[in-house]
Amino acid sequence: MSGEPASLELQEVRGPSVLGGGRRRFFDLLWLLSLNEFRKTYFGSVLGYVWSLVRPLLLFAVLYVVFTKIIRFGSAEIAHYPVLLLFNVVLFGYFQEATGGAVGSVLAQEAIVRKTQFPRLVIPLSPCLIALFTLGLNMVAVLVFILAAGITPVWTWLLFPLVLLPLLILTAALSMLLSALNVRFRDVGIIWVVVAQALFYATPIIYPITTSAIPATLHDILLINPLALILTQARHWILEPSAPSAVAAAGGWLHMLPAVAVFLAICALGVWVFKREAPKIAELL
Amino acid sequence: MRAEVEHIAEPVVSADPPGPVAIEARDIEKSFRIASHKVDSLKERLTSFSRQDFKDLHALRGVSFDIRRGEFFGIVGRNGSGKSTLLKILASIYAADAGSVRMAGRLAPFIELGVGFNPELTARENVELNGVMMGLHRREARSRLGAILEFAELEEFVEMKLKNYSSGMLVRLAFAVMIQSDAEILLIDEVLAVGDAAFQQKCADVFHEIRDSDRTVVLVTHDMSAVQHYCHRAMLLHDGVVAASGDPEEVARRYLRINFEGTSSGGSQEDEWGGAAELKMVDARLVGPGGEELSNVEKGSPLRLESSFEAAQDIENPSFGFLFVNADGVDVGGVGVGLEEGGAKTLRAGQRVTVGATIENRLAPGRYYVKCWVYREGNYADLLLHAPHVIDFVVFGEDEAGVVAFDAETSVTVEGGAR
Repeated sequence: MSGEPASLELQEVRGPSVLGGGRRRFFDLLWLLSLNEFRKTYFGSVLGYVWSLVRPLLLFAVLYVVFTKIIRFGSAEIAHYPVLLLFNVVLFGYFQEATGGAVGSVLAQEAIVRKTQFPRLVIPLSPCLIALFTLGLNMVAVLVFILAAGITPVWTWLLFPLVLLPLLILTAALSMLLSALNVRFRDVGIIWVVVAQALFYATPIIYPITTSAIPATLHDILLINPLALILTQARHWILEPSAPSAVAAAGGWLHMLPAVAVFLAICALGVWVFKREAPKIAELL
Repeated sequence: MRAEVEHIAEPVVSADPPGPVAIEARDIEKSFRIASHKVDSLKERLTSFSRQDFKDLHALRGVSFDIRRGEFFGIVGRNGSGKSTLLKILASIYAADAGSVRMAGRLAPFIELGVGFNPELTARENVELNGVMMGLHRREARSRLGAILEFAELEEFVEMKLKNYSSGMLVRLAFAVMIQSDAEILLIDEVLAVGDAAFQQKCADVFHEIRDSDRTVVLVTHDMSAVQHYCHRAMLLHDGVVAASGDPEEVARRYLRINFEGTSSGGSQEDEWGGAAELKMVDARLVGPGGEELSNVEKGSPLRLESSFEAAQDIENPSFGFLFVNADGVDVGGVGVGLEEGGAKTLRAGQRVTVGATIENRLAPGRYYVKCWVYREGNYADLLLHAPHVIDFVVFGEDEAGVVAFDAETSVTVEGGAR
């Protein structure tokens, strides 16, 4: 038997918790669980990598046809509309895939939760990491589209992590909240599907937030959504330096406050609820 | 051997063996709120105005014990006695309401074999994942692969997905992973007796080895022969309190006595079954062909059930019924026999009767227990005794589908030419 000699002092057993069993074990488990799941989904099938692209590309193709050929909304007014649409679809796709996977994750991992000492936080975060892998693959395709559309690389591309980070945090917090709630209320998962669908339209994905077609009151309501600011800023930095930044689109720092407040509230609520529920999850299943 | 419930209240506590304490539990309390109608959707929560009714189930009431390093410690008790809850608290799966647990050394975080396995992954990937769950580094976990597969005798199947494994292979792999881990403290909920006789023997050898090593094992089981075989000490839980602890033989006897009482939660037979005191079950066991007591039976080998009763009053023509129930609660089959088969009409006060039944063993591999009823003159309503859980045993052998193992005579006939 090798391994570091464990301390033979009596130590308090604290019961189930969010991180339970040490930081390193937490990260190892998160990584391994996510990697295995990811491989299973995408490399188990013959199409492999292509398969991970099919979903966003198909959605993109449908939206593109509808909004440029039928409704004729995009193409004329907005520069690089197809690329913008794909970019937004991929980013929102990350959010949707991660939260959608997380909401039922605790129930899906029932055996592990009920019969092993397992760091609870791994369970909702694993779908987020898996979705992040997918996002990484999809971004390669987006990059090809960007270059093909004739957009020249600019230094602000390096700032992409700064828009990605709030997106990751928001997604993780919401995943924690939803996964914990879904244990108590089993219909949260069903409700979330509808809410996420609504969010798709309430977020400037098909349209930029600056479109003149949006009435002023609606504009203000849409700005409560933190995702709106994230996508707007991403567009400004990556696709179209001439497009307004998040601050400009909101009409000043002050107008960003509601979205920031919503963002912080979701984070706080997610952490609080999950921390509160984590020790009781095994009993509630 | 008269069984009296009062005996249970005064614990037998033998002197604790010397050595450092590995697990120290103090005054553990745990209760569950059981809602009479569970509201588990937002819709119901928002639309129902009635208040929920809760019943508190007090699963553990102030349980304290010490387990020394290197001990093989058994926890026994009937279903619902709180033993699994206790194990889950030790494993940090449940949080205790009150009390404290302290441990020295690394704990294997599983309470059941093969829990962390993902059927979609290969043995190699699963071994790594399980090792990491055990607290190993990924590299360490991978380096154990060889030893684990060798122990499980599954080297050829390392790249096979677990969903294609037979259940016997799965248990072998899970057992090997657990044994090869570094954990100093192992918590085991029931020893699974699946796999062929050779592997059974191997597991028994390993248990004996662990028994003599520095590792601490907490075994929760129904299997009294395992307790008597492996455990240095044992503890009996009854209704959430420690009813006895100390010598495994004595604890096993206490456990059997509680079961023969046949009634639930502390009440004596009189309370629950009216005139049931007329008859007492004094012994029940499974015996092999040579008359030796069994708790593990190989698939297909004949089973003999023997059970003894003592009458306190004269009883007219009692009938005895035994029902075999599997781990899923399915009544697999039963036997019934009347006193007249012994040539008597009446069981006299003070007389002892032993009922035996040899059955052709068609039970599929798995865990079983026996229920017993005794009633007067073939009348089900005139119940003399009801013992819901008397014997636990395991049928081992290669697993197959279903609850019975057919002894089939097969034939295949191919006829005619299509062209």
